[in-house]
Amino acid sequence: MKNKIIQALGFSLITLSVIITLIFLVGIIYLIISKGISVISWEFLTSVPRKGMTAGGVAPAIVGTFYLTVGAVLFALPLGLACAVYLNEYSPKGFIVNIIRMSINNLAGVPSVVFGLFGLAVFVKFLGFGVSILSGSLTLGILILPAIISASQEALMAVPQSIREASLALGATQWQTIRKAVIPAAIPGIMTGVILSIGRAAGETAPILFTAATFYKRGYPTSIFSEVMALPYHIYALMTEGTKPDLQTPIAYGCALILLVIVLLVSAVAIILRNKYRSAYVH
Amino acid sequence: MYNLKERLIKILFTVLAFASLFFLLGIVFVLFKESLPIVFELNIFKFLTGTHWYPTHEPAEFGILPLMMASLWVTVGAMFVCIPLGIGTALYVNELASLRQKQFLKPVIEILSGIPSIVYGFFGMLIMAPLIQQIFNIPTGLNALTASIVLGIMAIPTVASISEDALSFVPKSFKEASYALGANRWQTLIKVIIPAAASGISTSIILGMSRVVGETMTVLMVSGGAAVMPRSFFDPVRPMTSTIAAEMGEAAVGSIHYHSLFAIGLILFLVTLVFNAFAEMISRKYRIKLGLDR
Amino acid sequence: MSTENNVRIKAENVHFYYGDKMAIKDMSMNFYDEKVTAFIGPSGCGKSTFIRMLNKMNDLVPHTRAEGSIHFDGENILEKGVDVVKIRRKVGMVFQKPNPFPKTIFQNISYGLEVNGEKNKKVIAQAVEESLVRAALWNEVKDRLHDNALRLSGGQQQRLCIARCLAVAPDVILFDEPCASLDPISTNKIEELILDLKKNYTIVIVTHNMQQAARVSDYTAFMYLGELIEFNSTDKMFTVPREKKTEEYLSGKFG
Repeated sequence: MKNKIIQALGFSLITLSVIITLIFLVGIIYLIISKGISVISWEFLTSVPRKGMTAGGVAPAIVGTFYLTVGAVLFALPLGLACAVYLNEYSPKGFIVNIIRMSINNLAGVPSVVFGLFGLAVFVKFLGFGVSILSGSLTLGILILPAIISASQEALMAVPQSIREASLALGATQWQTIRKAVIPAAIPGIMTGVILSIGRAAGETAPILFTAATFYKRGYPTSIFSEVMALPYHIYALMTEGTKPDLQTPIAYGCALILLVIVLLVSAVAIILRNKYRSAYVH
Repeated sequence: MYNLKERLIKILFTVLAFASLFFLLGIVFVLFKESLPIVFELNIFKFLTGTHWYPTHEPAEFGILPLMMASLWVTVGAMFVCIPLGIGTALYVNELASLRQKQFLKPVIEILSGIPSIVYGFFGMLIMAPLIQQIFNIPTGLNALTASIVLGIMAIPTVASISEDALSFVPKSFKEASYALGANRWQTLIKVIIPAAASGISTSIILGMSRVVGETMTVLMVSGGAAVMPRSFFDPVRPMTSTIAAEMGEAAVGSIHYHSLFAIGLILFLVTLVFNAFAEMISRKYRIKLGLDR
Repeated sequence: MSTENNVRIKAENVHFYYGDKMAIKDMSMNFYDEKVTAFIGPSGCGKSTFIRMLNKMNDLVPHTRAEGSIHFDGENILEKGVDVVKIRRKVGMVFQKPNPFPKTIFQNISYGLEVNGEKNKKVIAQAVEESLVRAALWNEVKDRLHDNALRLSGGQQQRLCIARCLAVAPDVILFDEPCASLDPISTNKIEELILDLKKNYTIVIVTHNMQQAARVSDYTAFMYLGELIEFNSTDKMFTVPREKKTEEYLSGKFG
């Protein structure tokens, strides 16, 4: 009897914790959707801010986030994929590869603000790119590089050795085997990693604080050396530097909603893709 | 390696692979290089233990103890939120959830872990801070407590999903053996399943901590930003991450202030490195342990 | 069947090492044109290792070393610096477990042609059809050439792998326990196919199954602990084995 009561109590606690968790997390999403939706309009999405950031749209921030994210992926994907291919297909297995793998895993956990410091010292100052799309993209690119490397490496590792043997036995060279048999089989896994990284890059604020982002920007960026507005930074700036909270908070809600939709959509796609790919392999 | 093209491609990949390593190791190098000047300019001992952080005053004082303490307080506070809720959620998903609930909860938790931190900061500032201010009737809701709660919520998905993985790796035979001995579900959970998954669960906690320590935007927005030694959870504080984020924009390149911000970055880097290495070590041991158990 | 046999591959004093461990000890034997040579022997006796030397697949395994000579097509393929890609084009291989690429049926077959530089779409399409016909798979798949190959049954997948190998037009085909994961009906189909293919190819087959060796092969090699114990025509081997060890194995005393 006593055991039964303890069990009931324990299970209620567990159930309670999941309920609280869901209230918090779903609550945050609900709040942002419900408050943000009324702000979203065609004009909000496509026009520039007006009246000292108290009216108008946030199109430059959307465009800026788009540029920064695309730039980051353009930089990190080839590099990360090449690194993964090297580690998994070319390099001799053993101690060195393990060390490299471990350092990459560890770098994936480094705080994003530290990446910002690196970007500031190297891209903004040392290489003289200034506060710009280029510096921000490169910084975000390095931020997502470890994730892209490990996702690609995992995907490559999941390709059965028999696929490589089949290709080589047909007289394909090693490069033909990698390009035509191994990478195509690993594409879904690589894509999952890349898509998750897109979500990450789009939502990060700290790395672009001092490498790319600006609050006041009239119009759109004109080159990769322009400063940009970005959605996450815009939310931050509206909330902390804004002078008219009653007018600017709704704009921030709108930005948060757009950001949330982008990030959630992107990760949902990645997760669906991954689950589909898993089941395809079991077939 | 029988023709030139193959060889060139291999060289190309080697170069690209080492280029990415170069960038990643470059972070370590840059942090050290940019922090180094403070060794000559300041007393390191005073830097680490000084309780006054007045980087722009005349004369300036650079003591980062209040910043480190703030990070510590906020992190510990966040753990009180994310450990019970995260592990509770993991246990629910693993033990109590029906198949349909599971199919819903698992991806939802995963997707939630991708919510950008700025969104949490935004939520903390608009909802949580006023709430805390009202409940405790204090002058400001932007303080260590609010930061802890918001960071804790943010870390729940991390803790929950890694813990759940660990729980699901526990072999079914353990459970069956326990049931066969007459234990009920709760006893089995507490005495068999949780101990078997203990290292995986600890990994999740460490990684959650690592995420909280390094989190920037949320604390920047809700912790209040006062660089003084925290005396109570109702005090506004300024953790290390938000110090960097808030002050780097104003610090003149090459100034002591600039270099000390890098030094703070280096400390953060080392702390998370230790956490991650720890987590990796534990999870490696854990894999070996389970492997032997089979 | 001609009485005069042409030697296609000649192995002499072949040794093979995994690290310090010797896996093949002093093997010498010939493989003949238009004949099926079967390898039998207990697991781990080195038969798969040996046939994987014939198309240089062991190169993929680190820390291995070969000695002796295997003459094929006018060169010793164990020498350093031989063109492994060229050898693999001439010596095809069918593996234990069917390993189609996760691509369409058509792409699985066209793959080998494409990596060998064939660009003409008509030529490729024709070769795909011919190979599938030869592998006795055409009638089953001709209406769904663009389906994913992983949807085929295990036996069909294995015949697809054979077709894929035929498309490259090799001289020699190595079968490494091709029926190990197949049901009896599929096995039967593969065996018929091997008997049909030997009219044009040199065939080498590793098998666990002595009856299979008896049914399909002209010559049989019995290996034990990395050594070639006996090599003879299949008829003789199965009726009057020379060696005591062979007799014991054939009568099921071990294995």
